[in-house]
Amino acid sequence: MPPTEPEPAPAIELHDLGRAYGERVALSGVTLELPAGRTLAVFGANGAGKTTLLRILATLLRPHNGEARVLGRSLPGEGWAVRGRVGLLGHDPLLYRDLSARENLRFHARLHGVGRGDGRRGGAERIEALLDAVGMARRADEPVHTLSRGMTQRVAVCRAVLHEPELLLLDEPLANLDPGAAAAVEPLIGPGAGLTRVVISHDVAHGLAEADLVLGLRGGRQALLAPRAETGEAAVRELYA
Amino acid sequence: MTGTPTRTVVAALIRKDLRRELRTQESLPAMALFSVTTFVLFHFGLDARSLEGDLAAGVFWVTMLFAAVLAVNRQFVAEREEGGFDGFLLAPVDRTALFVAKAAVLFGFLVALQVVAVPAFAILLLEPSPGPGLLELAGLLLLADAGIAVVGTLVGALAVQTRAREVIVPLLALPLMIPVVIAAARGTAPLWLEAGAAAVEGRWLLILGLYDLVFGLLAYAVFDYLLDE
Repeated sequence: MPPTEPEPAPAIELHDLGRAYGERVALSGVTLELPAGRTLAVFGANGAGKTTLLRILATLLRPHNGEARVLGRSLPGEGWAVRGRVGLLGHDPLLYRDLSARENLRFHARLHGVGRGDGRRGGAERIEALLDAVGMARRADEPVHTLSRGMTQRVAVCRAVLHEPELLLLDEPLANLDPGAAAAVEPLIGPGAGLTRVVISHDVAHGLAEADLVLGLRGGRQALLAPRAETGEAAVRELYA
Repeated sequence: MTGTPTRTVVAALIRKDLRRELRTQESLPAMALFSVTTFVLFHFGLDARSLEGDLAAGVFWVTMLFAAVLAVNRQFVAEREEGGFDGFLLAPVDRTALFVAKAAVLFGFLVALQVVAVPAFAILLLEPSPGPGLLELAGLLLLADAGIAVVGTLVGALAVQTRAREVIVPLLALPLMIPVVIAAARGTAPLWLEAGAAAVEGRWLLILGLYDLVFGLLAYAVFDYLLDE
């Protein structure tokens, strides 16, 4: 019998994870393990708790119940050791509207110490390479508020991967992107990037195609958790019924 | 894993805030316009260029305080509305860097404001010439500005989390800044006497210095918690 490849160490371990906003429970009883380098696709109707889950994993929200370990560190206690290793691409591009795309990326590069040790050149080279990759080099000196939503999203992708994170947290990452732009960002945030990814999507077919593990949330509760191979589109679509 | 050096982060935040202010001009011009307009109103309201001593110092410092409130109101708005807080919190940085940078920028705005406001005040309202004692005045301005910047930044960070930001800022900041106004006005009054500038009493400088130190330490200790959710 050929030796089986050992499963990589988990990048995300959640046990009975929960979070409330005042009286309202936004997330409850989420338990899962995601090995490093794999993709977790998260499905659920609006208000199901998907964004709350993402923000907890990004260390932006404290869990109120259960345990969360991200990249081998316990949250929220060791959140400091996770920050800088996570790339978040959410609904909000996290870009200052009055600064240009290039200025925004330079600012984030400095916060993350991108190119530290190489002087400014290291950071600048990375920024230019990313802007080129997403086709935004020509418009990069224009204020973000003058860019279309799709262009802003492309810059936000650059911002999310600028510091070469180990874990990508993506909330509808292809929103507002035309097919050309979606193809351009694919090597940066798609499965080909080889990173651990948590992807929220409402495009069931596309989400499933990229997934290794599927999580379905309904009313903040874990309604579905299964490997991709054992999950069909019908089971996911039931979450929206 | 090591975080980004705090001085690099502070410099990046200051540079970003100054660049935004240059583009949007949302704080400094409003502060300058407010101050000069107030002096003009007092000029006509009092029907003379006649202020000196305690009254002159009081009018000047209360105006500075209200002008500062305008900047404090805007201080964290971009962080809140454009995702600046999240972007900052995702980075491997010391969170107090944000406090240091914001306070430094507010301090810079106040100094820049006073470059305009002091001459405008002298022209429109001040009876004696502000020339003698200018160095002592500069010292008082810097100490008082530091106090206003520290407390303003703390209050700004707190207020931006609420819906009633524009009410909360003056409601919290003004009472907290009363010691600054008292010490700064009492310290400034002898410099603007009609009979000529007298020496500034050392105790007012000491009070301002202590205020800066106490609130600086307090803000440094609690700022991290203000950024939590």
